[in-house]
Amino acid sequence: MRVKALTERIIRQFLWDKRTMALLFLAPLLVLTLVSLIFNGDAYRPSIGLVDVPSPIQAALEKSDAHLKTLSAAKANDELKDQKLDAVLKFEQGRPELTLEGSDPTSNRAVLEAFTNLGGGGQAAGVKPVIHYLHGGKSLNNFDNFGPVLLGIFVFFFVFLISGVSFLRERTNGTLERVLASPLRRGELVTGYFIGFGIFTIIQSALIAAYSVYVLDLWMAGSFWYVLLITLVLAFVALSLGMLLSTFANNELQMFQFIPLVIVPQVFFSGLFKLETISDWVSWISYVTPLYYGADALRGVMIRGEGWSGIWGDVGVLALFALVFIALNVLTLRKYRKL
Amino acid sequence: MSRPVLEIDHVAKRFAAKTVLSDVSLTIDKPEIFGLLGPSGAGKTTLVKMIVGMERPTEGSIHVLGVKVPNLKLMTDIGYMAQSDALYGELTAEENLKFFAQLYGLSGKRLKENAERVLELVGLQDDAKKPVQKFSGGMKRRLSLAIALIHRPKFLILDEPTVGIDPLLRKKLWDTFGELKDNGVTLIVTSHVMDEAERCDRLGLIRDGRLLACGTPAELKRATQTTTMEEAFLVYGGMGDAR
Repeated sequence: MRVKALTERIIRQFLWDKRTMALLFLAPLLVLTLVSLIFNGDAYRPSIGLVDVPSPIQAALEKSDAHLKTLSAAKANDELKDQKLDAVLKFEQGRPELTLEGSDPTSNRAVLEAFTNLGGGGQAAGVKPVIHYLHGGKSLNNFDNFGPVLLGIFVFFFVFLISGVSFLRERTNGTLERVLASPLRRGELVTGYFIGFGIFTIIQSALIAAYSVYVLDLWMAGSFWYVLLITLVLAFVALSLGMLLSTFANNELQMFQFIPLVIVPQVFFSGLFKLETISDWVSWISYVTPLYYGADALRGVMIRGEGWSGIWGDVGVLALFALVFIALNVLTLRKYRKL
Repeated sequence: MSRPVLEIDHVAKRFAAKTVLSDVSLTIDKPEIFGLLGPSGAGKTTLVKMIVGMERPTEGSIHVLGVKVPNLKLMTDIGYMAQSDALYGELTAEENLKFFAQLYGLSGKRLKENAERVLELVGLQDDAKKPVQKFSGGMKRRLSLAIALIHRPKFLILDEPTVGIDPLLRKKLWDTFGELKDNGVTLIVTSHVMDEAERCDRLGLIRDGRLLACGTPAELKRATQTTTMEEAFLVYGGMGDAR
């Protein structure tokens, strides 16, 4: 009988907490759907630019599943830099030269595969291009490629959770209300949170980045300071989003429930997996997830050695995300004080 | 001293369709201890929050020290002790005090002096370095009071200040309230404990969002021909029910 009482109580609690129940049943379906969309995608087809390539070789390459594009040398270089092409094949004094964009090991492999399958006889046989890398190199491995994204994910995840929970505690403990009974402005409250958390975020990202680069030997072509800048802006987005979503949580458990809804989808669309292979009708999601921009900028700096000119767009979008969330935070604080 | 300390003019408060307070008018002319009495859910906390400036009246107006609320600057003159202890458990009593003192613009020597003064006032000087999560319920209540007093407010609003406090300490706190009043501080104290009512200069009885009666304890008892506040309150409550 006592066991029955306990069982019944647990069932009743679940019935009252519709959100937990919905999450228990629906969140796994959402995550599984995302996984299937990402991993059931097509195999990656590399884009190769051709500059003055003899037609027999072009014909042979067309048998591979690579996208081919004939264009001028200058245009080819530009598109390679913009990552529109994965590689460019050109002939310099009769010698084939293949330049790979190089920042993604998956694309590199796909390009090289197109060439190894070339040996199928005819005139194209025996074409062994000299291989160059625009970024990275032969030794660039999967960790080098994932590393920058993981750095972004960790910063985002921990800052989101910690700030969300601590702001939630301010709400449930009544300290938020008490603080707002003082002459403090709502904007000052949000700013204070940003500076306080900013300090710890800088230490956290400096530590993670330094450890990955100097101990785990992660590829690092660009400036450490840009990495810190990007992670800081990313952390501000996570902080303001965490604060905002804590409004919709009544307790810590409900805050954790945002992980499968807010964090996991972002991880899938952050560029950890090649977005080109995801079905078109969902790949747009990546453009509304902050983590995508953070990961893109981090990869730019760490793998391709980009400077401010390469990352300002991503940083700008992240700053915009943060500003929108901050504004919403200041607005929702009106619930506690109408001034 | 021409302008009243507090002037509540035909105030009503509605949340969505629910009316929490209706047509409340009240004036406090000079420093005194004003008790707001009423059962839980009567609307005491809502009224108090409007005086502090956290809620806006739906109708009517409230002036504190001659300034219309809500007003950010005015909040510096108001001390507020909320119904639930709003404290940071990880921090020590001293650190909690310091944080709130800084919100009110205190710093340096003045902060230190004020902190020592209020800690002594509530008898927590020996526990200043202890983290608040190790405090008992009564200690937390006292620390909340110390925080409300830290910036020497002219106007003090205490929402159920003595809940969970033993009789001895309760008496001590009320003595403190009396001293504050003698120093020119106006206190509004909400309570649903009737014996505390006797210690107030004037009382307002609230029920179902209406201010049923207002006057000194003696006046209220005389008007209802009763001998205790409890009976007096029951008479007013009964009248409310009868309608």
